[in-house]
Amino acid sequence: METTAPALETHDLSVAYQKKPVLYGVDLEIPEGKLVGIVGPNGAGKSTLIKAIMGLLPLRSGWVKVFGQPFAKAKRRVGYVPQRESVDWDFPVNVMDVVLMGRYGHLGWIKRPSAADREIARNCLDQVNLLPYANRQISNLSGGQQQRVFLARALAQESDLYLMDEPFAGVDAATEAAIIVLLKELKARGKTILVVHHDLTTAKDYFDMLVLLNMRVVDYGDTADVFTVEKLQKTYGGRLTLLSDVTRQEARQKAGEEV
Amino acid sequence: MESLIPPFDAYAVFVEPWTRDLGLTLPIVLMGFFVTAACGLIGNYLILRRLALVGDAISHSVLPGLVVAFLFSGSLQIGAMFVGAVVAGVLTTLLIELIHTRSRVKTDAAIGITFCSLFAIGVIMINAFAGQVHLDTECVLYGEIGYVPLEETVSLFGGRLNLGPAPVVTMGVVFALVAVLVLLFYKELLVSSFDTTLAASLGFAPRVIHYCLMSLLSVVVVAAFESVGAILVIATLILPGATAQMISTRLPIIMGLSLAHAALSSLGGYHLARWLDCSTAGAMVVAGAALFTAAWVLSPRSTILRKWKTRLGFFAGEEDPQEKAAAAPAAAGD
Repeated sequence: METTAPALETHDLSVAYQKKPVLYGVDLEIPEGKLVGIVGPNGAGKSTLIKAIMGLLPLRSGWVKVFGQPFAKAKRRVGYVPQRESVDWDFPVNVMDVVLMGRYGHLGWIKRPSAADREIARNCLDQVNLLPYANRQISNLSGGQQQRVFLARALAQESDLYLMDEPFAGVDAATEAAIIVLLKELKARGKTILVVHHDLTTAKDYFDMLVLLNMRVVDYGDTADVFTVEKLQKTYGGRLTLLSDVTRQEARQKAGEEV
Repeated sequence: MESLIPPFDAYAVFVEPWTRDLGLTLPIVLMGFFVTAACGLIGNYLILRRLALVGDAISHSVLPGLVVAFLFSGSLQIGAMFVGAVVAGVLTTLLIELIHTRSRVKTDAAIGITFCSLFAIGVIMINAFAGQVHLDTECVLYGEIGYVPLEETVSLFGGRLNLGPAPVVTMGVVFALVAVLVLLFYKELLVSSFDTTLAASLGFAPRVIHYCLMSLLSVVVVAAFESVGAILVIATLILPGATAQMISTRLPIIMGLSLAHAALSSLGGYHLARWLDCSTAGAMVVAGAALFTAAWVLSPRSTILRKWKTRLGFFAGEEDPQEKAAAAPAAAGD
């Protein structure tokens, strides 16, 4: 196995839903050990990109390589955090059951989780401060706790590349802070993390690199180079309500630096 | 009133069936249990996957599959029957998806269109080939579980071990098959029902699992067809799971409770039918519905009971201990 291969590489990745194109020619090369944010307006295809990387959507063109291999071969090295609303939280399972699902990929068909898998799951729950909730029915959790259950499940996958779809959506400030600490810890352990993010005000502080996405990659690179007013304008087009705050802040900071 | 409802004679309703009429009672109650239990186990997954209506659809649309199988094999042979059912079941699922994805028709309407059309085709085929196909429309709709004891029996070791009427044996085997598959693939069914995207990313092929589940559903429905019919089989698919999910929030316990529901409803239904001298399949479904209602009102999670308790003052000071224990870290964590 090549060790020099990037954690994730896509080439000319295009996806269409019923003839309506959603992603065009996405070329990305994400090096190992980076915390990367995907930002862009609603309908920019951020979640679609994550799903396309995992081979869950028919591709119009292009290919995906994870650590130099096709996704299907490297799937055990990929952990996934879906959007919180994508599942039914009234489902009759408890917190432990959900976290154990993170072990399923390592188990393969038919085999049941072992005591060792349970120990790993408990450990992951502890990392997100949810160990006391292990036996709780998942509907009796707050939004932030539900999000942390999904994070614990991804940790239990013991992957090298993590794909996270809006892990900060609808969580309280304390949970958000806890999650970002956790992501930085993962990065320190050499993991690569790709995060769909909707909040521009924090994007600059959270991520090493940014992908500006609006159906195609508007720009991609180190946050310092990419997070500029004109590039964000280009990505978000006319929808600038939130952007204006960010740009003003940017301008103020720049003025401060010059003085 | 007396002319409407037969007098209740406890001896005739509860004792006689298990003494004088044991030979009649046992196959019927067992058949009822096997049908409701097999349907209930699969039905749990239909409910969790929001596919209850698809169960409805497949229970009807296996009919043309059965007729075609009948035409090919000349009689209702088990093998041909199951193949016909699986083909029809998978075809139904495919057609629903095709209509839904290739037109502006939404899923619920697509389900309605598909199963009614297929069922109608089956009805026409029964009429058209009445000479070759010995399927009774009444039996197709309502089933004839009461006639089960009269069917040919199956025996092993050259007749030395009599297993009982053929439909009961078949249904027992189908129930065992469902139970074994649900146990073996518990993990795969769980993850693909709860989070399809994760299941797909882990390589568990949720679409394959979906079609296998639909095929198994078709087999169960066809095996249950003759005894409970196309309409009542829907109740046996949904009621056990719906009742169990009222009571528990853990899937393994829910599965066990569904089996208990199956046993109680087939027993209760049989005795109800003995009393009222009515359709046994109908009575079993009514008993199942009564159990559902009881679970709804009496379950610890029931809001109805809680409201009464609060109103009567029972509930004051009483609190879920788990709720209390978790409240402290929740406050700290958030």
